[in-house]
Amino acid sequence: MDGDVVVRPEENPVTTAGAVARAKATAVPASETLPWLISAVLVGLALYFFIGIDQGAVSVFGDTSYVHELAHDARHFLGFPCH
Amino acid sequence: MEARSFVLRGVVAGGVAGLVAWLFALVFAEPQIEAAIAYEEGRGEAEQALAVAGGAAPAGGAEEEIVSRGVQATLGVGIGMVGIGIAVGLLFAVAYTLLHGRVALRPRVLALLVAGAGFLTIYATPFVKYPASPPAVGSDETIGDRTALYLVMVIGSLVFLAAAVAVTRLLRERLGTWNAVLVGGVVYVALAAILMSVLPGLGELTINVVESGPRVSETPLPLRDASGAILYPGFDADVLYSFRVASFTAQALLWGVLGLVFGGLVERRIARETADRATEASAF
Repeated sequence: MDGDVVVRPEENPVTTAGAVARAKATAVPASETLPWLISAVLVGLALYFFIGIDQGAVSVFGDTSYVHELAHDARHFLGFPCH
Repeated sequence: MEARSFVLRGVVAGGVAGLVAWLFALVFAEPQIEAAIAYEEGRGEAEQALAVAGGAAPAGGAEEEIVSRGVQATLGVGIGMVGIGIAVGLLFAVAYTLLHGRVALRPRVLALLVAGAGFLTIYATPFVKYPASPPAVGSDETIGDRTALYLVMVIGSLVFLAAAVAVTRLLRERLGTWNAVLVGGVVYVALAAILMSVLPGLGELTINVVESGPRVSETPLPLRDASGAILYPGFDADVLYSFRVASFTAQALLWGVLGLVFGGLVERRIARETADRATEASAF
């Protein structure tokens, strides 16, 4: 199904060439979408921090270790440094 | 499609990937973690017996449990795995959105490629220098240093991948895609190797060197008495190996499911949009 470059996407929707053409037609201009992208990065990094790092080396919630203890096993298993 | 659709699909795909990784962790990680905790407790008792025999006063009761082992080993590990799945799903969706429609790859192929890049930079490359370790492997005193070093590896890997992609794009016209990608791969491996050789091994951290001389890692050595006889064995190498293989597999699963589910969701959405437009056009 690969390689037939002359197909038009609307004529042959299941081919790779068709899918590539349709993806190009839906390319996202970065400027319009910036709020979504920035929030996604911030929330993603915050989650990564709370599950992987918080209350180990540094702590946002002060000197308790509830987050650390709850996510303890996942933290080890995901490769983060832990006690 | 707009950024919103990609971000929401990143959350869904990441959550699904996290659920799969959770099931995997329940079967393959928990037995190793239990074995490691049993080792840690047994060693603690042996160390205390040794200290008491040496004339020290016995230390007070066991460590206070904030979250019970039962919760940690089931719900806790689940919250961690699904949470990380959503976290990397969000970051993945941002990278995917910036590339979608700008490269000559169909969405499901691009999604797998971006997921592979995430696995390589955020987990696999740091793992080579600082592999995942079960409880008992890793000293309390070095948690700050270990976290900083680990993050340097993660951020370094991301920067090196960006550099490798830039080199590939520069050389693509002159060398052709295949050779340009090969050169980019060599650039990535070389930069990562340099960083790994510059950063210290965990056993080379000052606190550890003072305690047991320079070593590669913090994996516990046997506990010995004054004459050198072994009182308590070193950490079980098989438990360490199984834990690390399982950790690596779980991350491959996490990123693989994320890429596959996300790519499938995006292609389905685009196919539906295309069909809708065709219907609208034929209505006139």
